[in-house]
Amino acid sequence: MNKIKNIDELGKIKTEIIKNLSPETPCIIISCGTCGQARGALKIVEAFRDAIKKLETIQELPIQLRITGCHGFCEVEPNIIIEPEGIFYVKLKPEDAEIIIKETIINKKIIDRLLYVDPVTGKKIAYKKDIPFYKYQNQLISGNNSLIDPTKIDDYIAIDGYKGLAKVLTDMSPEDVISEGKKSGLRGRGGAGFPTGLKWEICRASKGETKYVICNADEGDPGAYMDRSLLEGNPHSIIEGIIIGAYAIGAKEGIVYARNEYPLAVKNVGIAIEKAREYGFLGKNIFGTDFSFDIKIVKGAGAFVCGEETALIASIEGKRGEPQQRPPFPAQKGLWGKPTNINNVETWANVPVIINKGADLYSKIGIGRSKGTKIFSLVGKINNTGLVEVPMGIPLREIVYDIGGGIPKGKKFKAVQTGGPSGGCIPAELLDLPVDYDKLTEVGSIMGSGGMIVMDENTCMVDIAKYFLNFLRDESCGKCLSCREGLDRMYEILNDITEGHGTMEQLNLLEELAPVVKEASMCGLGQTASNPVLSTLRYFRDEYEAHIKSKKCPAGVCKALIEYSIDPEKCTGCTACVKACPQEAIIGEKKKPHKINQNECIKCGACKDICKFDAIKVE
Amino acid sequence: MEFNLNKVDSVIDKHPAKRDALISILQDIQSEYNWLPREAIIEVSKKLNIPLIDVYGVATFFSQFSLKPRGKHIITVCLGTACHVRGGPRILDEFSRRLNIKAGETTEDMQFTLETVNCLGCCAIGPVVVIDGEYYGGMTSRKIDSLLAKHTKVDSNQ
Amino acid sequence: MITINLNKVDVKVEEGSTILETCKFYSIPIPTLCYHEGLSPGGACRLCIVEVGTPENFKVASSCTYPVREGLVVRTHTKRIIEIRKMLIELLVALCPSSKTIQDLASEYAVTHVRFKPKNKDCVLCGLCVRMCAEQMDAKAIGFVGRGINREITTAFDVKSDVCRTCGACMYICPTCQMRCQGPEPSGVLCNSCLNISYPCVDVHNQVMCYMDPCGACLLKESEEKKKVVSSK
Repeated sequence: MNKIKNIDELGKIKTEIIKNLSPETPCIIISCGTCGQARGALKIVEAFRDAIKKLETIQELPIQLRITGCHGFCEVEPNIIIEPEGIFYVKLKPEDAEIIIKETIINKKIIDRLLYVDPVTGKKIAYKKDIPFYKYQNQLISGNNSLIDPTKIDDYIAIDGYKGLAKVLTDMSPEDVISEGKKSGLRGRGGAGFPTGLKWEICRASKGETKYVICNADEGDPGAYMDRSLLEGNPHSIIEGIIIGAYAIGAKEGIVYARNEYPLAVKNVGIAIEKAREYGFLGKNIFGTDFSFDIKIVKGAGAFVCGEETALIASIEGKRGEPQQRPPFPAQKGLWGKPTNINNVETWANVPVIINKGADLYSKIGIGRSKGTKIFSLVGKINNTGLVEVPMGIPLREIVYDIGGGIPKGKKFKAVQTGGPSGGCIPAELLDLPVDYDKLTEVGSIMGSGGMIVMDENTCMVDIAKYFLNFLRDESCGKCLSCREGLDRMYEILNDITEGHGTMEQLNLLEELAPVVKEASMCGLGQTASNPVLSTLRYFRDEYEAHIKSKKCPAGVCKALIEYSIDPEKCTGCTACVKACPQEAIIGEKKKPHKINQNECIKCGACKDICKFDAIKVE
Repeated sequence: MEFNLNKVDSVIDKHPAKRDALISILQDIQSEYNWLPREAIIEVSKKLNIPLIDVYGVATFFSQFSLKPRGKHIITVCLGTACHVRGGPRILDEFSRRLNIKAGETTEDMQFTLETVNCLGCCAIGPVVVIDGEYYGGMTSRKIDSLLAKHTKVDSNQ
Repeated sequence: MITINLNKVDVKVEEGSTILETCKFYSIPIPTLCYHEGLSPGGACRLCIVEVGTPENFKVASSCTYPVREGLVVRTHTKRIIEIRKMLIELLVALCPSSKTIQDLASEYAVTHVRFKPKNKDCVLCGLCVRMCAEQMDAKAIGFVGRGINREITTAFDVKSDVCRTCGACMYICPTCQMRCQGPEPSGVLCNSCLNISYPCVDVHNQVMCYMDPCGACLLKESEEKKKVVSSK
């Protein structure tokens, strides 16, 4: 492959690629992100390959297979889209492959049993565009995942990939790019929401010959995986964004700091970097200009705190990932003491879109000081689990009910947790809240990287606060007294409360301690670590008090405060629970109601899991 | 695996002998041995000319590194938020009871190591357990026995 | 020289110094635990925090690590800062009640109750010894290990380090190696002997026996004598 030297050559190559793609031929698009692979997507790919090989001996089959990253709808993995019609099949098994080719591709018939069933209406839906989960989204960034095979750079060029870069390098000065970035209103998608254009400007203005750009792909928020999906499904968009940013700032070297728990993402980004080098998008004199730039991957080794910029830099330098007090900011003194600009994966992926669309058009999406779209991972107690990309400012209710399809098993919605361990819980009464940076901060949460964990009546809010504190006291670097000791003491208090020996004095102490941790700690981890406690205290104080005063866990979660029992009305005496109980705590004759010996019961819940008659009560 | 200093050296030599290569070197050694033997850490310190306490400090900071030998099969229970609300901790408890070890420990026969992870990013199928790189979604305590049996059976077939 | 506004007074300071150094120069008492003049700042104990910025728009930062710049507005003893310091000291006393340095801080800041269960640790992880060993002794025998609640200071693999010269500098600088003064035995974790000017000897002798800061040494002598009497019986 010869290096592409200018914008005309890129255009020619694109036309060539599109000609070869022949959009009329049926194309089976298989979602193969980590989620899909965990549910057997690779076996589906194999099955399709085998089926095509087998049927090809009988008749000519012009079928294309496209193995893509995640399509976002994780709930129904493994799923496929059949183009050009846009037929959507869900929860496939390998044996379905041959049938799909025979029935749908050759005979043009839709297979009813493989269609998606809307959990709200119970109706079957054949086309992707009609499914509410997709219908209400605006997939500006994540939508391309289904259009490209992440290992093929040509697929990306076919959808105008690297066109933005070509435009920037040939038509725009670095200052133009920065002002375009500022005009777009793009803010960091990793957590704090700092204006991206301004960040670039500060770094560009910093003195120094050598500068670095870093892509923060250390997505550590539990329950958030939009960055993983982009890295796996559309790595070139991120790379293109980084190159544009590097040009604006004046950096010659870039680093993708990727989470080690994401092997597929690391692999796909690695392939993408190599391909981009081959085509001349990375390396010396990109597009025949003076601008030279290259990217390498550094793998993290498992530390949530390394999502913090100064800790991330320390980790790249081969040190313990401990944050440093700012100032100096990374934009002044970052990696190896040089000016460094760090943006998160999703932020970088927005950059080419802004250049291609133009800042004016881009900034029309969104609301107030929050522009563009945001990808959320809608998980937890929700019908349509998956990645959801929506314009900023959309009411929470639309995300949970219209796109998410509501809460499973007709349970009651209780809260949604955003922002991961740094965020807070938003209660049902705030469901009409428009989701943007400022509104979320107002109600005591944060946008964070976009995790959205839905909780129902069976989720205990004290337990959730305790869960996050336990997470944080382990993931804190432990340097600041306020963070290390403060979080441990807060955990101690919450543990007492969930064990049933908490006092009201302790609750007051918790309320006094939480703001101290927030204010006195050095880095973002400590400064936001109290949010899960403060927000649950703000909206669910009654639940805390129930644990303390009446020694009850209203949600039936905290083991010390609940009791398992068998409803004699519902129990059929099938003895399934007797066999499941690890403690042999369940007694009773066959076909007669059973009983649980409370002295032996360890509240593991095995009986409840196995009972088909809903006879196990938790109180 | 038998410890061999030459092997460690050859891993180190693949990287530039600079401080910023430290974490990648430790990662490569760990993927070779499944853990970080003490001699290997000492060798890294000597070869890279980094004080031993600094190498040890880095190795103990990141959760990926294990300073204890790990079992033949590694069971990782996801404790991300989505898995937590769907009952992940109960799955961990159950594994812990079956194997009679706590999270982070290895069974005496060196067969199983039980570990936890703070999110694997496949929340849709939670609670998730990964055994030897294979993902199992929608875990319930009922499935544990057959999973353990499946992975021990693979051994006896070999 | 640049000018900063320190507690509503414009003061001149050397460029390149930190807020804490400026405060020390102008004799504004800022409590510290992990700071030492001869070592690089740690920023770990958080006691030296101050408010940086205007009352409407400020942030809390550790003064030992914060470089001054022209026009910086700093307040060192606002109500909020004192409240935070008190809570931090309460955490410290519960962590390591045997340290005289920490008990003195508690008295200075009138921390009169500790609501956490005592942990009775020997180390508060201030890191002075780590920096002493690395920066002054050039040895790097000890360092931070683990993270979060499992963070500790030790040698590699918890065995005697080859590079340790047993110079004792780490012990010399340690704020918790200095034991509590031998005053009257406190009933709880807090000593508070030096909390106010009520001399402990007044109760016993009906007059003040010495005019130094109350130390309780006289009572120690007395209690030893009592012990002698008891043992001879």
